Amino acid sequence: MAKLNLPCNEAEIRALRVGEPALLSGRMITGRDAAHHWLVGGFREEVAPYLKGSVIYHCGPVVRKNPDGSFTFVAAGPTTSSREEPYQADVIGRYGVRGVIGKGGMFEKTRKGLAEHGAVYLHAVGGTAQTLARAVVRVERVFMLEEFGVPEAMWVIEVKDFPTVVTMDAQGGSLHESIAEGSKAVLDKLIGRKAR
Amino acid sequence: MMGHEDWTKLLVEVIARATARLPDDVTAAIRAGRSREAEGSLAAMALDAVLKNVELACSEGAPMCQDTGVPLFWIHHPAGISTGMLARACAEAVRRATAQNLLRENAVETLSGRNTGTGQAPGIPSVHCEEWDRPEVKIELLLKGGGCENTSAQYSLPDGKLGADRNLKGARRVVLDAVHQAQGKGCGPGILGVCLGGDRGSGYVEAKYQLMRHLDDHNPIAELDAMEARLVEESNQLGIGPMGFGGKTTVLGVKIATLGRVPASYFVSIAYLCWAARRATAIVAANGETTWPS
Repeated sequence: MAKLNLPCNEAEIRALRVGEPALLSGRMITGRDAAHHWLVGGFREEVAPYLKGSVIYHCGPVVRKNPDGSFTFVAAGPTTSSREEPYQADVIGRYGVRGVIGKGGMFEKTRKGLAEHGAVYLHAVGGTAQTLARAVVRVERVFMLEEFGVPEAMWVIEVKDFPTVVTMDAQGGSLHESIAEGSKAVLDKLIGRKAR
Repeated sequence: MMGHEDWTKLLVEVIARATARLPDDVTAAIRAGRSREAEGSLAAMALDAVLKNVELACSEGAPMCQDTGVPLFWIHHPAGISTGMLARACAEAVRRATAQNLLRENAVETLSGRNTGTGQAPGIPSVHCEEWDRPEVKIELLLKGGGCENTSAQYSLPDGKLGADRNLKGARRVVLDAVHQAQGKGCGPGILGVCLGGDRGSGYVEAKYQLMRHLDDHNPIAELDAMEARLVEESNQLGIGPMGFGGKTTVLGVKIATLGRVPASYFVSIAYLCWAARRATAIVAANGETTWPS
């Protein structure tokens, strides 16, 4: 079990391997569809310091606004990462991001980007929004709330022992690729199709 | 006689139950899957996390998943109840549940990209009312998240690439292909609602309605019942596992129905549901008494 304190450096990230569980603590930022589109549309100086050396969490939380104006994450599991595939590698490179947390894995462009820039893909267990909301100990601030709405805004959060598994590493390894290949071989056999 | 406000309050309660409580048959199926996975495997770890989360959500009365999805209501009612009133009550219940954080602010205006902030928009919630000849009202709700909705698939048979003809053998092939295509993206272990026949619209609606069935029930049509069991078994041979981590638990259940079709069309519509199968049912007797079947 790896323990990672955010922000972190490239060497810590390059030491991680596919299949290894990793517990994250420290500061990270959420970002999903609207955020990624926005991040590649220009260099966003206001959020750049929160991205550098840290990770982006693909998450659209349920958020409670407290009477004192602060926010609490009520439910906060990962969303499907594949939608960010066109943007992810560029966002990682441009802002010095060390990893992304999501679910379902990503594809070739991201896999290459992770290896090139020294970053990892961390898989959280989809649907476990209560467990993961409890790992969010504080909501520090939020960007683009008005423009993007609650699920799509970029929430700067502090987490403690946030549970993930490395499923794509900085060596070019991908659990998703190997599972897809293995299951395709079984499928071909089940439906009597010759492997292509 | 229940009015708009009575129905709205009841519908908020239906939403509250669905969002926080996983039905017992689904929890049992996840536990059974967990017992088959190797100790120390990623699959076992994922299912343990799921089971822990199910307990937390239930004890807190809070959303088990932050993507509270599209609320799909099916309401069977006797003659004499206004379906317009029921549809308005469903919409109001969704707005109230969203304000109470039982649902996420989950409705976006498609053209402007603006979140409505209320959880409600044209088409959300989706409400299907059908008159029946019984005295009670039956309300069924499914909260179906977007991740699994994105992995749903519709095939037009024959499909030459998959060698799928217009029969059950062909349907089996495309269902297995859909499970493979989904990999872990739909938050498996998944549940498949399948409709053979219908048109592109009605097929998907019926496929989704199949997701209201209990996992341990049996299809009244023997050949479909056998196909359901076979598809569960074969899907689990694919090795995709929970979250696509690898493992033996890829699918928890397959439920199949048929609709008529026109000679030119043979659709197989496959609605993929994540493990967080948030369904709830309420039955309102003619005297207004409400019961909650599991």
